[in-house]
Amino acid sequence: MQLTNRSKLVSHKTQSFSERLYLPAVLKGMATTFSHLFKKRPTIMYPEQKREYAPVYRGQHVLKRDENGAERCTSCGMCAVACPAEAITMESAERKKGEEGLYREEKYAKTYEINMLRCIFCGLCEEACPKEAIFLTDRQVPTEFERDDFIYGKNKLVEPIDKPVDVTKRQTPQVLEFKKKPGLKHNTLFDKKQLK
Amino acid sequence: MKVTIDGIEIDVPKGTTILQAARMIGPEVAPPTMCYYSKLKTSGGYCRTCIVKVTQGSTANPNPMPKPVASCRTEVMDGMVVQNITSPEIIEARKGVVEFLLINHPLDCPVCDQAGECKLQDLGYEHGAAKSRYEFKRREYEVIDIGDKIKLHMTRCILCYRCVKVAEQLTDGRVHGVVHRGDAAEISTYIQQAISNDFSGNVIDVCPVGALTDKTFRFKQRVWFTKPMDAHRNCKKCSGKARVWFKGDEVLRVTARKDQWDEVEDFICNECRYDHKKTADWTIEGPSHISRHSVISQNHYEHLNELKVQLMKQQKALGFMSIDKKP
Repeated sequence: MQLTNRSKLVSHKTQSFSERLYLPAVLKGMATTFSHLFKKRPTIMYPEQKREYAPVYRGQHVLKRDENGAERCTSCGMCAVACPAEAITMESAERKKGEEGLYREEKYAKTYEINMLRCIFCGLCEEACPKEAIFLTDRQVPTEFERDDFIYGKNKLVEPIDKPVDVTKRQTPQVLEFKKKPGLKHNTLFDKKQLK
Repeated sequence: MKVTIDGIEIDVPKGTTILQAARMIGPEVAPPTMCYYSKLKTSGGYCRTCIVKVTQGSTANPNPMPKPVASCRTEVMDGMVVQNITSPEIIEARKGVVEFLLINHPLDCPVCDQAGECKLQDLGYEHGAAKSRYEFKRREYEVIDIGDKIKLHMTRCILCYRCVKVAEQLTDGRVHGVVHRGDAAEISTYIQQAISNDFSGNVIDVCPVGALTDKTFRFKQRVWFTKPMDAHRNCKKCSGKARVWFKGDEVLRVTARKDQWDEVEDFICNECRYDHKKTADWTIEGPSHISRHSVISQNHYEHLNELKVQLMKQQKALGFMSIDKKP
């Protein structure tokens, strides 16, 4: 009984003399290999050479600072609650007097950890962030030997003051438009007077 | 007295307000409230969130009322017909009320400890507009300590007067009230006097927004990462029935239990609230019921234990398990 119409009959043909010799087939294979010598090489010399990433590529996270170098993150927990892999944990603390240049808001993240082994790089944290603090970048998370090293703390996540991480590709026109809006307190420029 | 709210008829005793009648029917038709508190006398009538349309005053006088009325302060009449969510006019008017409540609100929810259990957040989400049209400077105040356990963020206050009613009715000797008038009105104690009364901590629970918050819980954890448990202890001052909020094994804060209208069931004393933050101090009854629409219910498996028991029973019935193990 035929169960499907995809079944094939197996043929039991015997090989001819030239086929049994294998030599034509071997030469044909050699010719294919040889022809590749004259083709363009797809391999690149990473990390000296890097491919261009798509603007929507989601790699290692960065915690941005604002234009005065203060941390934008206020430890609101929206990223952690949005995270489907539960990779983000944080502890908050209250900003003291004199730390206005360090932290943008009254509350800040004392610790902020992302477990890169858990993270699935979906970008929901970035979408949930009300303070434009967390962004996924086109950087790769490097390999490590220990599991502990994959838990990234603030030392690895917050961008260095002297070396800002470029996220302009991820800030869509809508986002930039939203940031220009007056009256939204967290989007207005940090008051210079407060720094003194 | 027969009253019809959103097409549902109910028989209520004389003297019932429209809001109470609507609550008797159920949460679907009950108007939202920001200032009314059934446990506090003379509360309500300030925020206008609970406005409803009365399309028929009574059987004796079937004329409609000319304007929307505050349902928390309006008593029912026999044969009254009320529209709440079925009236587009009311939905629109409530949107306006929310806009007014939010005019001076700083919208600092990412910083605020009340976020996640804030009634103004819920109200804005359910009834408000997505954008604010207000372009002027919002009023600003310094953050004040009321006593050593309560923090007052006057910027967030919507002047519902609930805390004032608590100070008046629950605690003896009123040390906390509203000073100034109109736009300049603010909650204050006389020259930041410490509230020393045993029940003063309840102002935190009655506050619908994050204006009055627990200093011992300040910035400790976002509410939705903590697990609420119903627990009790022997207390000489109050009933001792409280809600204990855990993170891991640690008690982060203690509040009173709240019912489905977000109102405190039993007011608790300051000793229970602030001084007993060890698991050993409490007899845990079980996880608190949190509405699944609340963000606090994320990752809560309220019925997990029941499921475990059922699974055990099934396994026992099938002969997989012989030992009488408790889940």
